[in-house]
Amino acid sequence: MTSPMIQVKDFRKVYGDYVAVDGISFDVKQGEIFGLLGPNGAGKTSTLECLEGLRAPSGGSLRVVGLDPASEARKFRNLIGVQLQASGLPESITPDEAMKFFCAYHDVAPRFDLLERMGLKEKRSAQFYELSTGQQRRLSLALAVAHNPKVIFLDEPTAGLDVATRVELHDMMRELQAAGATIILATHDMAEAEEMSDRVAILLQGKLVSIGTPMEITATGAGLTKISVRTQESSLSVQGVAFPAVSQHHFKDDYNIYFSSDIGPTVSAIIAHLAAKNDPLIDLRVERPSLEDRFLEITNSGVRQ
Amino acid sequence: MNAFLHHFSFEFRTGIRNKQLLLMNYLFPLGFYLMMGFIMAEINPLFREDIIPAMIVFGVLAATLLGIPDPLVNARENGVFRSYKINGVPSISILVIPALTTILHMVIVAVIITITAPMLFDAPLPVNWLNFIVIFLALAFACAGLSVLIGVVSPSSRMTVLWSQLVFVPSMLLGGLMLPYSMLPEIAGKFAQLLPATQAMNAFNGLAMGKDAAFAPWGSVLALALSGLLAFGLAVFLFSWDSRNSSRRGSAWLALLVLLPYALGIFLFR
Repeated sequence: MTSPMIQVKDFRKVYGDYVAVDGISFDVKQGEIFGLLGPNGAGKTSTLECLEGLRAPSGGSLRVVGLDPASEARKFRNLIGVQLQASGLPESITPDEAMKFFCAYHDVAPRFDLLERMGLKEKRSAQFYELSTGQQRRLSLALAVAHNPKVIFLDEPTAGLDVATRVELHDMMRELQAAGATIILATHDMAEAEEMSDRVAILLQGKLVSIGTPMEITATGAGLTKISVRTQESSLSVQGVAFPAVSQHHFKDDYNIYFSSDIGPTVSAIIAHLAAKNDPLIDLRVERPSLEDRFLEITNSGVRQ
Repeated sequence: MNAFLHHFSFEFRTGIRNKQLLLMNYLFPLGFYLMMGFIMAEINPLFREDIIPAMIVFGVLAATLLGIPDPLVNARENGVFRSYKINGVPSISILVIPALTTILHMVIVAVIITITAPMLFDAPLPVNWLNFIVIFLALAFACAGLSVLIGVVSPSSRMTVLWSQLVFVPSMLLGGLMLPYSMLPEIAGKFAQLLPATQAMNAFNGLAMGKDAAFAPWGSVLALALSGLLAFGLAVFLFSWDSRNSSRRGSAWLALLVLLPYALGIFLFR
C-alpha cells in the first residue's frame, strides 16, 4: 500500500485568539482529486496556505509528498504546483515571460504548449493586466502545472471562466490525475466538486465535519429526497394540504418542492390529491440530494460529525 | 543562473515598459536635467560646474526613491510575493534584482547626461573618471538599498510615498544639488550629512570634479557603501512574504540603522 501524498494530523492554525483550524486530520492518496469545501471562514484558506508552505501551522503535523512544507521548502517547491485564487503575477509580465521565469526557477524547460492549450496563443506577448480575468486564471493554471508537480493545489480554478474553458480545464485536471498527479480542489462550486472530486472534506468553523466520496456524503444526510411538482391549477398551494413523510415544503418557480423521507407514500398521496382536485400534472421530478443540498444542510445546521 | 537572468531580463524590461517606472527612470531625470540646464545655467552660470554630478545624483534619487519602493509594496499587497515563494523565487532575488536593474537604467541616464552636458551646456567633465564611476556606484548602491528597505518596511503605498519623500525632498533642498553645501547654516549642514545626496555631491566635488570637498570625501564614499550594505542586509532581515506585511523578524524601526554610517560620519569625517 502506498503512503498518502498528503497527511494532515491534528492540524491547528490560530491567529492571536482566533482559532482558524481546530485539530483536523485527513489523508489524500496519490492520484486523487480531493475537494476541500466550506463556507467563508471555515478554515479552508488557512489549511491550504499551510499545506502550500505559505504559513507555518500552530499545531499538529503536515506532510506533503513526505515533506514538511514549513521546514523543507527548497525540496518542496518543485513538487507542488499552486493556482492561486488571486493570480498573483506582476502586472507588466507577459505570459511568455512568466512561463520562462517560473520554469527557470523550477529548472525545467518552458512549456509554451500549455499557453496554447489554455487559449492564450494570441496573448503570449500581452501584459498581465491586459488579460481578462479568465485569461489570468488560465495563465495561472498553466504556470502551476508547467513543472509537472506531484501535488497540485487549485483554488477556485473555474471561477469566472466560460463554459468551454471550464470543460477544457476539467479535461486537463483529469489528464493530470491520469498521469498520477494528486489534486487538491478548493471550490465553492458544489457541482464542480461533485463531478470532479474522488473524495471531499467539508470544513465548518475550523473543524472537519464530513469526509468521504460525494456519494457517501450525500448518503449520510437526513436521507431526504427532493420531489418537485408543477401543476396546472394551484391545488397544492392551498393552506393545510399535507402529505405523508414530508418534512419540508416550499414553493419556487411555479414548483411545489417537498423533501420526503419515504418517496413512495409521498408521491402516491400527491398523485391522489391531484386526481381528486382535478388538477392536471405538468411536471414531477424526484431527485436524490446533491452534494450542494448536503453541504447546505451541514452548514446551516452547524452539525458536527 | 538561468533563473537569475530571466528574472533580471524581465525586471529590466519592466523598467521601460511600465509607464510609472519609465517616468522615474528616464523621463523625469532627463526632463529635469534639460530644464535645469537650459534655465538654471542661464540664471546662475556657476551651476554649469555642478550640472553633471548634480543631475546624476538627481537621476539616482528619482529612479530609486520614487521608482523602487512602490512596486515592491504593490507586489506584496497583490500577492505576487506569495506566488514567488510558492515557485521558489528567493527573497534575495526579489529585493536585489529590481535594485540591480534600476542601477543599470541609472547608468544609461548617467552616460546620456555625461555625454550631452558638455555639448549642450558647456559643462566641465570629471577630472578623475575612475573616482567618478566609484562614487556613482556607491551612491546608486546606497540609494537602491535605502529604497528597497523603504519598500520592505512600508505598511502601505501611501506610507511608501511619505517615507520616500522624507528623503527625496530634503535631498533636493539640502543635498548640494541646487545650492552648495558651504552656503547651508551649520545645523542644516549637519542634518544634510545624513542624506546620501550630500555625501555623493561632497565626494564628486572632492574626488572627481577637481573642486574642494566640504568634508572628508573618501569618508563620504565609505558612508555611502556601508549604508548601502546595511540597507540591503536590513531589507533581507525585515522582508515579509505576507501580503499584509504583518509578520517580520524584527521591528520596522530597525530600518533607521541605515542612517548610522552617515551619523557616525558627522563626527568622524570633518
